[in-house]
Amino acid sequence: MPYKIIEKTELAPSVHLIKVKAPDVAKAAKAGQFIILRIDETSERVPLTIADFDATEGYVTIIFQEMGKTTKQLARMSFSDELQDFVGPLGTPADVRELGTVILVGGGVGIAPVYPQVKAYREAGNRVISVIGARNESLLILEDEMREASDELHVATDDGSKGHHGFVTDVVKEILDSGEDVARIVVIGPPILMKVAAGMTEPYGVETIVSLNPIMIDGTGMCGGCRVSVGGETKFACVDGPEFDAHKVDFNLLMSRLALYRDEESKCLEDHDHKCTCRGEN
Amino acid sequence: MAERQAMPLQNPEERTQNFNEVALGYTEEQARAEASRCIECKVPGCVEGCPVNIDIPGFIAQIKEGDFDKAIDTIKLTNSLPAICGRVCPQEVQCEQYCVLAKKKQPIAIGRLERYCADYEMGKGVNAPVKPDSTGRTVAVIGAGPAGLTAAADLAKAGHSVTIFESLHDTGGVLTYGIPEFRLPKAIVRAEVDYIKQLGVDVKVDYVIGKIKTLDELREEFDAVFLGTGAGLPKFMGIEGENLNGVYSANEFLTRVNLMKAYQFPDYDTPVKRGRKVIVVGGGNVAMDAARSALRLGADEVSIVYRRGEEELPARKEEVGNAKEEGIVFSLLANPVRILEGENMTVNGVECIKMELGEPDGSGRRSPIPVEGSEHVLDADVVIIAIGTSPNPMIFSGSSGLETNSRGTIIVDENGKTSLDNVYAGGDAVTGAATVISAMGAAKIAAKAIDEYLKA
Repeated sequence: MPYKIIEKTELAPSVHLIKVKAPDVAKAAKAGQFIILRIDETSERVPLTIADFDATEGYVTIIFQEMGKTTKQLARMSFSDELQDFVGPLGTPADVRELGTVILVGGGVGIAPVYPQVKAYREAGNRVISVIGARNESLLILEDEMREASDELHVATDDGSKGHHGFVTDVVKEILDSGEDVARIVVIGPPILMKVAAGMTEPYGVETIVSLNPIMIDGTGMCGGCRVSVGGETKFACVDGPEFDAHKVDFNLLMSRLALYRDEESKCLEDHDHKCTCRGEN
Repeated sequence: MAERQAMPLQNPEERTQNFNEVALGYTEEQARAEASRCIECKVPGCVEGCPVNIDIPGFIAQIKEGDFDKAIDTIKLTNSLPAICGRVCPQEVQCEQYCVLAKKKQPIAIGRLERYCADYEMGKGVNAPVKPDSTGRTVAVIGAGPAGLTAAADLAKAGHSVTIFESLHDTGGVLTYGIPEFRLPKAIVRAEVDYIKQLGVDVKVDYVIGKIKTLDELREEFDAVFLGTGAGLPKFMGIEGENLNGVYSANEFLTRVNLMKAYQFPDYDTPVKRGRKVIVVGGGNVAMDAARSALRLGADEVSIVYRRGEEELPARKEEVGNAKEEGIVFSLLANPVRILEGENMTVNGVECIKMELGEPDGSGRRSPIPVEGSEHVLDADVVIIAIGTSPNPMIFSGSSGLETNSRGTIIVDENGKTSLDNVYAGGDAVTGAATVISAMGAAKIAAKAIDEYLKA
């Protein structure tokens, strides 16, 4: 059963938003969950965290950055194109409850999955401070939406082109140092950002949660490819997660497992780029 | 008495270079010659040995007469998936074990004859089945594996409106993601599924019950539910180094190769580490499938490491034979104690310990005991753990009152009925990992009970 793309926007250079018609998934989706999509018969199954969903309209929004072959192919798809598979909602929903003040941190394309959580935490009665960051201003996505949804928004860019000149972790540290009573911090972004954030918040003793996105196939606990080590125990990110206690995650293992198919991925991408170039010349 | 007809095989040197089917199937002459060996016992034991009670002497007599159309009709009266069963059933411990000729180690090759009839029918084009009158009752079947497909077929034949919910993007369950192309071509699975669709069964793939909808919701929406969710959760050993890059569960390795077609990388995008020296831990059919797949992917050497001896190997003898012929090395009476780490968290060998067999354990098999001080390192860059699977608990979220036992399997009565009123189950979800045909047998019993429940 194909799944139609009903909207596509480029949010930043090589960062895209697509809305996919998937009424059953939209009806069941909760913040923190993910979907797995497959473009066509020969494609990989790729997990992407849900960025938004609308049960009434029956669509799910995903936001992705062009990285490998699949995301590059996705980027070239347009309105009314169809995805062969779109499975979800997968994973355990975020544990959203009333806690007090919560800091939600999104780095790069990680801002996308943070957005529905901001809304959910706020709806649950929390005061939400959001901190978002990117390499530069042009790569910063969902700034207006995040400002609208949060009680307070902070922005950081690596090059200082917008907001704080530096990393989102600097901003979070400032907030913690200011004596703000923070009940929980949620960080979603590249693994290195989550690792650094975990190390930074640990001395403050503030509960910190990260959302992990390791390599997966089925997303239902069947293959075990997404295993991560949390507090010395092996967990399957697809069913036990994707959210875990940041202070217990073995980030080095996560990053090394994410790099497992680097050679194969470049080969796929090279073949793909080559074919694109050939087609372009014809 | 004539000798049992040998199965024509692709020769070992050739077949390790491709993923085409190894067993080529009987010719018509061979099938008729094999059928003519049947002595037509008055009280046939073979039928009792078949979990779905095919009229074996009946279809064999029809082969003898050369009436293959009738023979396949006879088989299909009780078996909706004959091309699959003819290939993957362990006939040596079922029908063929009870053949009178088994005493002379020459039982009729019932499975091969079943396959011949099914392939004959596919070759000439399967007649579309006649759709029965609708009863107006609805059944949800969870899982499109052997149990689900069988239950769906029987319930559709009884006139019920059946919807199958499958979490993966393709049907077949373990037949598609687990058993490799060279043992069970996927075109065959697809043809059998098409036949079931022609019976009017609606198949929804990409549909995860427990996530999109709960069992509680399905019970409201449908008159009855059959759970054929299998045993899809891989077991790991819990030893050091098991999360290193290059360590796979057999489920992951086989799913990459079979479902995602990694053996056709880069034409298909999903990769798999091909490995130079591959170690497969375990001695069942899944271990054989993984080892033989790794060899076909181009490994220099593939070894099976199994903690018991040759006699105790749970895999079918035929598959062990095929594996040996292809050059798979068997390191028996050995067990991994840790996986050694190389550069960048990759696998760099497996430390094993020798085992000896002690007294029989709960399973009736002699239990393996480590031999102290016998640790040794085997070279490896890919390790595949094939020590079994357990039921996936995902179905249990939102299934109030569904009783399971301590191993996570669903508790059912002799008719496959669970603790819930209109919910039945069968296959690996009930028994833990077992065979395709036992799942089908259980599904048939449950389907009959569901039919009676719906008509009551």
